[in-house]
Amino acid sequence: MRNALSKFGQAIKLPGLSFFMAFTITGLIIAVSDAKVLAKFSSPLDFITSALASVGNAYLALFQGSVFDVNLIKDGSFIQGFYPLSETIVTATPLILTGLSVALAFKSGLFNIGAQGQFIFGAIGASYVGFNFDLPIGIHILAAALTGAIFAAIWGGIVGILKARTGAHEVILTIMMNYIAAYFILWVLKTQTFLRPGRIDPIAPEVNENARLPLLAGSGFRLNFGIFIALAAALFVWWLLTKTTIGFKFRAVGANAQAAKTAGISVPFVITSTMMICGALAGLGGAVQVLGSEYALNTDIAGSFGFDAITVALLGRAQPLGTVFAALLFGALQAGGRTMQSNTGVPLDIVQVTQALIVLFIAAPAFVRYIFKIKKMKSSAALTSKGWNG
Amino acid sequence: MSQVLKVSKVRSNIEKRRLAGVSVTASLSVLSLFFFGFLNPGKDKTTFGFVLNNEWVLIKEWVVSSQTGSRIFSLVAVAASVAAALAFRKGARIVLPTGIATFGIFMAFITWVASGKFIPFTGLLQGSLLLAVPLIFGSMSGLICERSGVINIAIEGQLLASAFVSGVVASLTHQSAWGLLAAPFAGASISLLLATFAIKFSVDQVILGFVINVFVIGFTSFLYKKLLVPYQASWNTAPTFSQLEIPLLSKIPIIGPIFFTQSVVVYLMFIIVGVITFALFKTKWGLRTRAIGEHPTAADTVGIDVNKLRFRNVVIAGLVAGIGGAYYTVGSVGAFGNEMTAGAGFIALAALIFGKWSPMGAVFAALLFGFADNLQSTLTIIGVAIPSEFMLMVPYIATIIAVTGLVGRVRAPAADGIPYSRGGAN
Repeated sequence: MRNALSKFGQAIKLPGLSFFMAFTITGLIIAVSDAKVLAKFSSPLDFITSALASVGNAYLALFQGSVFDVNLIKDGSFIQGFYPLSETIVTATPLILTGLSVALAFKSGLFNIGAQGQFIFGAIGASYVGFNFDLPIGIHILAAALTGAIFAAIWGGIVGILKARTGAHEVILTIMMNYIAAYFILWVLKTQTFLRPGRIDPIAPEVNENARLPLLAGSGFRLNFGIFIALAAALFVWWLLTKTTIGFKFRAVGANAQAAKTAGISVPFVITSTMMICGALAGLGGAVQVLGSEYALNTDIAGSFGFDAITVALLGRAQPLGTVFAALLFGALQAGGRTMQSNTGVPLDIVQVTQALIVLFIAAPAFVRYIFKIKKMKSSAALTSKGWNG
Repeated sequence: MSQVLKVSKVRSNIEKRRLAGVSVTASLSVLSLFFFGFLNPGKDKTTFGFVLNNEWVLIKEWVVSSQTGSRIFSLVAVAASVAAALAFRKGARIVLPTGIATFGIFMAFITWVASGKFIPFTGLLQGSLLLAVPLIFGSMSGLICERSGVINIAIEGQLLASAFVSGVVASLTHQSAWGLLAAPFAGASISLLLATFAIKFSVDQVILGFVINVFVIGFTSFLYKKLLVPYQASWNTAPTFSQLEIPLLSKIPIIGPIFFTQSVVVYLMFIIVGVITFALFKTKWGLRTRAIGEHPTAADTVGIDVNKLRFRNVVIAGLVAGIGGAYYTVGSVGAFGNEMTAGAGFIALAALIFGKWSPMGAVFAALLFGFADNLQSTLTIIGVAIPSEFMLMVPYIATIIAVTGLVGRVRAPAADGIPYSRGGAN
């Protein structure tokens, strides 16, 4: 028991310290940028107390916006206080799916920066089927989500085929494909097909009732069935990687492509199929966003889900379960950040800084050890991608 | 024996790609001739304007029927393709003829699409150069890093951070010169972050660069909303550099307004590109830099401190990118805008790869991207039928074509992205 506990302590030591450092630096930035704090510069004691108050208020708002807010309880409805938590989950749902997309690619030794573009194509596909057809309940959701996933699988597959055939680096390919997708959705929303009747701004019609994911906690919450899709996808990725031959091939190529090739595994096949599955996962994220919470395709549908996915997958160490937790954490930071912005005037963008710092420190265990003078210990290998020639 | 076989196989792969390049150019030229010249010709006249300021010789506008113009330029492209094919058979370089063919196709397209419209030709090229300025600075930063073996995906962060700092410093001092002086230090501090984590702590450089970009975007957006918006009058009113006409040279038709009627940042760019090209290939520093990028172990053996030189080069790269960042604020519009670099760092990276990690290649790639970008806005302004979104995709599609090998073999420096430690794997 003792042994297990100390083992657990060892395992969370570095991530824990990384979080601590990230939130400390964020706190410093918040305090120093607060005019009320700076006004008390002449008296050190007041300065410190007001700095602590400023940071405390910001982090309290972060919590109130992401987990539980006692002020929201009204008419004795305790459950209403958990509205922020439901927002965290709604924000995390697409992040889980895009995060899995990036994580799975890492497992095959690929760095998929293209989740953003794949997400966009998933959203376009789901939206089109969602508003353009009248299908029975259940089937409509399935058809819309599948179309989105297939669109995105093709979009991701293009990268896979190009890399497999020509050896071009997927980082460059996916960055370029993201831009193309970003312009493509701008164009799509201007076409007659996607123009909402009676509107001239770029917004598609809302998807039909039958195509919407069921709400889980009544109409007062945005919480929807999408979270189960995301969790099922995580389970699928875990199963694929650990229980199937194809998953074994993915991991073999990811560990050492040359050795895998010698062992008779077709590397081009692995690259192409990985990118297609990654595309489908991110596309499902786009579909869930449209069918579960947004309902209408708009120019900003993808937000930064595809980019945040990379930090999510890195934080989750490319493990399915880790990715789910990382997505929930970043979902909480996003949801809480919105409340922090409106309650305390700290811009939401600070959350991006925190996320970047967390991942930076997690990716640099040597740095954290250096700062805290920790002796080198056995730890799982840090994530790596491959250079341009890899 | 097997060695020989291997070499000939590699050769044939390169040949194949060259052949692919020639045949794609040739078929595009023929297609352009048929489509723009015959199948779907423009009905009106296209006018090209050449005068921008008061040059010595005011070149008259060139009015040509859209159909004839497209045919002429397509024929130029076809002829150049034939020349490329002949050069290919002789085993000679095909860059020049394929370049001319590409130019011909572009011009045929412009003449076709602007039927009945006016194209300010000199202005189009001048705008292209201006759009390419930050891309060139960015790709030079990437070049110095990657030639010494450190992948630099953080160009975007370097540009954005230095754009921010130069804007703020110039606003507070009311001097654009101070902004320009401060910018390189901002770029270099991002470089310090990159160098420290990549070289000292061996963090994966692709991941690191990505995270640095997220950090800089988040941090500048935060400060922008917290500081620059509420205190705009004092913090975000950077003055800009005025245009500096070079006597005599600025009066040359077409060339004068494009190259010699610019702000000081653009002239700095010409100088820096020249210096980097010279230094990289003609000096001891350049030889050492290329050595640690290609074969660090060998460099170490002859007494070069690999990691020290890498560290120094990454910082120098930050200084260069910093001037590119200053272009966004004091070099052009003055005030800092949220996320104003809008992905230019990634285009700069693409230009570097498109240009095969050579200074001149990167410059031409950046100019091409700038041209595609500016052509798009020019065509949108004069109002043509092609959706601007598709025009905007052109640089990215071009990059994909480039990296998938149509322009020949693209190879990064051999040790690019691999941390060096003595007795390590390499």
